[in-house]
Amino acid sequence: MSEIALQVNFGLNIALLLMLVAIGLAIARTRSLLAAILLMGMYSLASAVWLIVMDAADVAFTEAVVGAGISTVVLLGAILLVRAGPVRHNWRMTIAPAVLVLGVGGLLVYAVTGLPEFGDPASPTNAHVGRSYLIQTSDEIGVPNVVTAVLASYRGFDTLGETVVVFAAGIGVALMLGFGPRSNLPRAPAATGDHHVVLRVTAKLLIPLIALFAFYVQFHGDLGAGGGFQAGVILAVAPILHALVFGLRGTIAALPVRAVRSVATMGVLLYSGVGVVCMINGGGFLDYDYLFPPSVEAMIPPGLMGEPYHAHHWGQHFGIFFIELGVLLTVAATMVTIFYGFAGRAAEEPGAST
Amino acid sequence: MVDALHLVGGGLVVAGALLTLLGGVGVLRFPDVYTRIHAASLTDTGGATLVLLGLALISGLTLETLKLGLVWVFVMLTTPAAANALANAAFSAGHTPRIGAFQIMKSLAAGEARSDTQRRETSDDDKSSPP
Repeated sequence: MSEIALQVNFGLNIALLLMLVAIGLAIARTRSLLAAILLMGMYSLASAVWLIVMDAADVAFTEAVVGAGISTVVLLGAILLVRAGPVRHNWRMTIAPAVLVLGVGGLLVYAVTGLPEFGDPASPTNAHVGRSYLIQTSDEIGVPNVVTAVLASYRGFDTLGETVVVFAAGIGVALMLGFGPRSNLPRAPAATGDHHVVLRVTAKLLIPLIALFAFYVQFHGDLGAGGGFQAGVILAVAPILHALVFGLRGTIAALPVRAVRSVATMGVLLYSGVGVVCMINGGGFLDYDYLFPPSVEAMIPPGLMGEPYHAHHWGQHFGIFFIELGVLLTVAATMVTIFYGFAGRAAEEPGAST
Repeated sequence: MVDALHLVGGGLVVAGALLTLLGGVGVLRFPDVYTRIHAASLTDTGGATLVLLGLALISGLTLETLKLGLVWVFVMLTTPAAANALANAAFSAGHTPRIGAFQIMKSLAAGEARSDTQRRETSDDDKSSPP
């Protein structure tokens, strides 16, 4: 990268970080919960742009979808539930939190000075295990995107943990708020003769495109930025948008609460099932080289560089495919479950209109 | 030739950014909800169109240009729809426009309700004034 491009990049970083600081101050200053939620969505959008500038497109996907989209919707559902007015301001109450925030912030700024320079090839993250991942991925995994190889194969066990954490979060919300509405949903308004024709037409056009894009992100994960987590949250946006525009009743008729719940469970089961299959065929847990039993392994043509035993990488490819599918199912269904939990509870309140 | 295209494309990108900035100024300066929505949505769509056109000129006839075209279609679908939804919500919530034929006709038709409308307008102002 040329000198000018580096400077432009640096300026962009500074500008975006200043925007984040400005939005953060605005969130702290506003007394309206609604404005705070919308500002938090803006904060997520700005940080997604910043992540794009930092070349972390997959993280930016997640930040934009979850931060600016799903969590804004869920938080709006939450203030519908509690019906909170503007917050009373009492400056005595803010002293202790302010001291705490300033102290922790100061510690974090102090810690930043100890970090290696961005992109430093000699830093610990790039020198030791990271470097060996970069060197060995094409031989051992055969997937062009090293991030996917590290996430899904080398550290497949960690990713299983993350998937279970997402699943557990969904279960936690469901236990507190319910899996979704059981009865007394308000009937969705008729589709004609109201103000929302434009919105309905646009949403009808966009919902399949959003789902299609989710699958693109899912199956493109081997090659570029993407994967099960990103695709899962994007896929969850489709039913959430449907519920926002057409009413929760129609969405639940199309995607029953029970089905969403079991899909979330099936994702985790699929992921850990792949690991167990690898163990049955003689490897370790999630060791995809042993995904196929030896008899099937023998029938796979060795490919161009057939000298080592696993050089065709079929096990790795199929293993990553299945576990990413499990992540997609769990993440998407969990997001929808959380949304159903909040939106369904709001619908149970008499007089609420969601 | 390529340099000229890059120059024109860069100019279009800057023009789009300036148009979006103008939209921001309009959101802060315009008197009521509807004119503000108007300012934000029109300049957003126009600015995005200019930026995408500029980027397309810079990248030439490649796959990226096709993707930029798809992004343009997406923006053209969503931004006007969002503005429509916003204006709808504002109208259902009882915000009255401060200027325009609608307001004039309303105040002519209901002369005695004028004080009521004005009161509503001031409450509008409180809600929508920038912090």
